[in-house]
Amino acid sequence: MNDITQGLLAALRLILTFDAELWEISLRSLKVSLTAVIIASAVAMPFGAFLAVKRFKYRRLVISIMNALMGLPPVVVGLIFYILLSRSGPFGVFGLLFTPWAMIIVQIVIITPIIASISHQATRELWAEYHDLLISLNTSKWQRIKTLIWDGRRNLLTAGLAGFGRAIGEVGAIMIVGGNIEHATRVLTTAIALETGKGDFALALGLGFVLIGLALFVNISIHWLSRTEREGRW
Amino acid sequence: MIRSLVFAGSLCSASCAQSDILKLAVTTSFENSGLADVLLPEIEADLGIDLQLLVVGTGQALRLGEAGDVDAILVHSRAPEEAFVADGFGTHRREIMYNDFVLIGPKSDKVQIAATSGAAKSLQRIADAQATYVSRGDDSGTHKAELKIWQIAELEPATFGTWYNAVGAGMGAALNTASALNAYIISDRASWLNFKNKGDLALLFSGDPVLFNQYAYLPVNPEKHPTVQYEMALKLEEWLVSEKSAALINTYQINGETLFVFNGQQ
Amino acid sequence: MFPLILSNLSVRRHGKTVLGPIDLVIDQGGPTMVIGPNGSGKTTLLRVMHGIEHISEGTVDWAQPDHANHAYVFQSPVVLRRTVAENLSYPLSLINLPKLEINAAVEYWIERIGLGKVANRSATRLSGGERQKLAIARALIRNPEVLFLDEPCSNLDGQSTREIETLLLETATAGTRVIMATHDMGQARRLAADVIFMKSGRIAETGLAPDVFDAPQTPDLQAFLKGDILE
Repeated sequence: MNDITQGLLAALRLILTFDAELWEISLRSLKVSLTAVIIASAVAMPFGAFLAVKRFKYRRLVISIMNALMGLPPVVVGLIFYILLSRSGPFGVFGLLFTPWAMIIVQIVIITPIIASISHQATRELWAEYHDLLISLNTSKWQRIKTLIWDGRRNLLTAGLAGFGRAIGEVGAIMIVGGNIEHATRVLTTAIALETGKGDFALALGLGFVLIGLALFVNISIHWLSRTEREGRW
Repeated sequence: MIRSLVFAGSLCSASCAQSDILKLAVTTSFENSGLADVLLPEIEADLGIDLQLLVVGTGQALRLGEAGDVDAILVHSRAPEEAFVADGFGTHRREIMYNDFVLIGPKSDKVQIAATSGAAKSLQRIADAQATYVSRGDDSGTHKAELKIWQIAELEPATFGTWYNAVGAGMGAALNTASALNAYIISDRASWLNFKNKGDLALLFSGDPVLFNQYAYLPVNPEKHPTVQYEMALKLEEWLVSEKSAALINTYQINGETLFVFNGQQ
Repeated sequence: MFPLILSNLSVRRHGKTVLGPIDLVIDQGGPTMVIGPNGSGKTTLLRVMHGIEHISEGTVDWAQPDHANHAYVFQSPVVLRRTVAENLSYPLSLINLPKLEINAAVEYWIERIGLGKVANRSATRLSGGERQKLAIARALIRNPEVLFLDEPCSNLDGQSTREIETLLLETATAGTRVIMATHDMGQARRLAADVIFMKSGRIAETGLAPDVFDAPQTPDLQAFLKGDILE
C-alpha cells in the first residue's frame, strides 16, 4: 500500500513541477495513439458498417476472423513488424523502424479489429431498427452505410474510445518496433516498463497514474464535447 | 487537413533528419549504470551526434547489428562479439572499459557465500544448499558470465531443481524477482547500485577476477548494410577511447563508488 | 403505374405457405381497406405489393415499374434517431433535392401534421401518435402515387387516430392511391371505398365497401363481420 501512496505522490510531483520529460513522453503517447485511432477508425468503422449491411458468401467467416483478431497478442504483432520494417526486411528501405510511425503502424494493426468489431455490433443493431424503412425508401448500399454511420455515431465513438484505450496502454509491440529511445520513441508505457525494470516502483506507478489520468481526461473530454449525457441518448 | 500534415511533419522529424542520428544498441546493464546520462550530452556537444540508445539484451543487440537496424553495438560478451566480427557483421572490436559482477543475496546469507574464496565456490555452496537462486536466463552477457562460473564449478544448470529460477528477463526485472523471492543472484555492480527495490538483499561477494566484465564497441559492417552511418560510428569510437571519455568513465560514481575502469587503447 | 397485377403469387417461409396463391388486380381508385383476422397475411400482402418481401412463386407487375414512387408506413412507427425535421427531410436528401426545396417541403408537412413546436426535438422522444403522424408525413413527402399502411393506428388513442384518418382521406382525395390494412372494423367502414377480405393467406372476398359491409357473400366474411373468431 505504501508503494501506491508513493506512486500517487510521485505522480503529483511530476505534474505540479511541469516535469519536462513527463510532458514530452505524455505528448508523444497522445500523438501516437490518437493518430493510430484516427487512421484505424477511418478503416475499421466503414468496414464494420459494411459488414452489418451487405450480405455476401463468406460474411460469417469474416466476422468470426475479425472478432478473433481482437485477441491478437500485441507483442507478436510487434515482432512481425520488426521483421518487416528491419533494414534486412522487405520494408526496411522506408527507414520506419525505431520511429514513432512504426509504433503508430503496429497500434493500428492491434486496434483495428476492436474498433471494427464494436462498430459492426453497433451498426448491426441499428440496421435491424432501420432495415425495413431504408429498404422501403429505396436507398443504395452506400446511402445506407452513410446513414447508419451518422445515426450510430455515438456508438461508433465508443468503438473509437475503446481503440484509444487499448492503444494508449499498449507496451509490448511498441517496445520492439519503437525501441524506447529517449527523446525519440519513449512514451508513457515504455517509460513505465523501464522504471519498473530499474526497480523504481514509485516512479513507475507515478507514471502509471499519469497515464490513467490522461486516458480518463481524453474520454471525459470527448463525452463532454459530444454532449452525449445531456441529450440522454447514450 | 493542414493540421494533420503539420502533425505528420513533426512525427517525421525524428526519422527524417537521418544525417545526425546514430543508433547504438547497448545492454541493459550499461543503461542501468547511468553512465550513458553522463556521456551522451558530452558526445552531442563534441561531435554533434544525436546518439539514440536502444537498450536491449545482448542477444537482441547482436541481432539488431546483424540486421543493420543499428549502426554500432556496445556489449559485454566476448565470444559472441568475436563471432559477430568473424561472420562479417562487424568490422572490428574495440575494448572500452570493464566493470565487475557481484553476488547478491539475502542479508541473512544462510549459505554463507560472503566468506568464500571465489565466485565458483560461492555458487557451489548455493547449489549444495539448493538455496533459491535467480538467473537472467536470457543469453545476455551477464547470463553467459554466470554460466561460465557454473562451468568452473563443474556444475550443469540444466540439472538444477526448482530452486534455480531462470527468468528470461533483463537485469532490473531479474533483480525484482530476486528481491521478491529473497534469492541469490549475480548482477553487474552498476545495476545493483542503482536498483531501488533492494528489499532484504545485500551485496555479499565480489572481487574474484572471473567476475570482471569487459565492454566492447563494435561498428556494424557497411559492406553488409550500406545504409549504416559508418563514418559517424567510427567518430564515436574514437571519442569513446579518448582521454576525455577515459576521465569521465573513471570518475563516474554511484554513492561514492566507482563502477567502471577504462581500458581502451588509443 | 397502374394496374398492379399479382399473378399466382405465393410467399413461403420455413416451408409454410404464409400467403397465396393470390391473383389480384389493383387499379386507380381507393382507399382500399385490407381486413381479416390476425395471421391472415395482410401485412405480407402489403409488403409484397411494395416490393420489400421475398416472393416464392408467381409475379408482381406494375404497369410502369417505378419503385421509388410508392411509400410504406409500418405498424410500429420507425423513426430515425434524428430530429423531427431531419426525419422529414431524409427521404428528400436521398434524391438530392436542392436545400431550398427540401426546407419548403419540410415546413409544409410539419405544419400539416401539427408538429411545428417539436421540429427540432429528437424524434425518439415523440409519443406513439406523434411518431406515426411523422412516419406518414415522411412517407408522403415525396408525393408517392401509392401509399401502403399496415395497421397504422393499432396502438394509438382516439385523438391521434382521428387526426390520421383525416390526413389519409385528404391524401386519397388529392389523388394518392391508399391501400391500408386494419383490424379496426369501424375504421374500415369510415375509410373504405373498396375492401379486400383475407383469411389464411388467401383472398376470400373483395368488393365495393357498401356491398361488402351490408351484404357479405362468403360465410367467413359474414362471421368475421359479426365479430366471430375465425379459425
